[in-house]
Amino acid sequence: MSGSLTPSQTVGPFFGVGLPFEKGEEIAQPGSAATIRVEGQVLDGNGDPVPDALLEIWQPDDRGRYGTVADGQATGFGRCRTDTEGAFSFITVKPGATPAPDGRAQAPHLNVTVFARGLLRHLVTRMYFPDEPEANATDPVLILVDPSRRATLMAKNCGGVLHFDIRLQGERETVFFAI
Amino acid sequence: MSDRQDEREPPYLYPDYVGTRLRAPAKPLVHLPDGFHDFPAPLFPRAIAELDHDLTRQHAAEPIGERIIVTGRVLDSDGRPVRNTIVEIWQANAAGRYLDQDDQHPAPLDPNFSGGGRCLTDDEGRYRFITIKPGAYPWKNHRNAWRPAHIHFSLFGTEFRSRLVTQMYFPGDPLMPRDPILQSIPDQAGRERLVSQFDPQATIPEWALAYQWDIVLRGPAATPFEDKA
Repeated sequence: MSGSLTPSQTVGPFFGVGLPFEKGEEIAQPGSAATIRVEGQVLDGNGDPVPDALLEIWQPDDRGRYGTVADGQATGFGRCRTDTEGAFSFITVKPGATPAPDGRAQAPHLNVTVFARGLLRHLVTRMYFPDEPEANATDPVLILVDPSRRATLMAKNCGGVLHFDIRLQGERETVFFAI
Repeated sequence: MSDRQDEREPPYLYPDYVGTRLRAPAKPLVHLPDGFHDFPAPLFPRAIAELDHDLTRQHAAEPIGERIIVTGRVLDSDGRPVRNTIVEIWQANAAGRYLDQDDQHPAPLDPNFSGGGRCLTDDEGRYRFITIKPGAYPWKNHRNAWRPAHIHFSLFGTEFRSRLVTQMYFPGDPLMPRDPILQSIPDQAGRERLVSQFDPQATIPEWALAYQWDIVLRGPAATPFEDKA
């Protein structure tokens, strides 16, 4: 049946009237306990900023559950378009560990989906947390990634802000996953 | 998923679409074992208002252009309706201009048209929008490049794997064979799946023509047997 699937097309440059929504980058209320800030830049194969990308985060809550509801509102999903510098930011909470299909624990991570002009299909990557060295060392996904490329999936703690750049192409190209 | 399915999707690098050249990943995607992406689709954290599906009633007066109804069903790959899922659309106005500061096409903006809409599918997986037919517009991909009229669609479905952003085209548009974005889809059958059909049944006499377009999303992971089929 897969032959009947509707094919993908690029989000184009003009998704601003359709996709962003108010406070889409606030997955958790700013200022509430245990919130974290994630910042980064989307860069192209020349290292230039991508000013017309849209990022989505979909993550479990702090106990590893997807799609919980708080104050009548579903939580765990966020959307942010890049600015003229290719920059984005999210406010969220660190997710809990989730089980892998075989029951092993996966290290806490954010699922990050990238849409942009010039991407005929979206890209999916993961952002891992630098303060989880033990969980990261045994994460069943990270260990499948060429060790020389694992750093592209790891956020850096820069003065309390987690920094995570996404390089679409080039020497330090971010690892993207087939889905 | 099988590579076979991937072959039906556009490639990341399609040099005729210049925007892919510096943005397509050059390294192969990393395949994970079965099950790692078997978790539910995002839940959209905002309510859908009653009139969000009607792009002709978002302002004081009606937009200029040909009023149309765009409707169809959202199905999974086994043909089951995808119920209560959010469908988001955005489009240019009747003159081919987006309400976007980066759109430099010298065509008029319409103070009565923003171009964005949302709705939820019903129990049969059906969505329905009222809008105006978007205009074609030029882009700078190559000399005399024009996008065929299209409406952008974004869907979540039930699984994380179901996520789809795509574009719906209109039947008989002479720009389609010249459009590298549509032509990036490798096979003719795949390209035709993005073209809506004129729907006389859904047309409302004396008021609006209708176009029908069904969308098929990836459902839960295919079994290994289906992968090898």
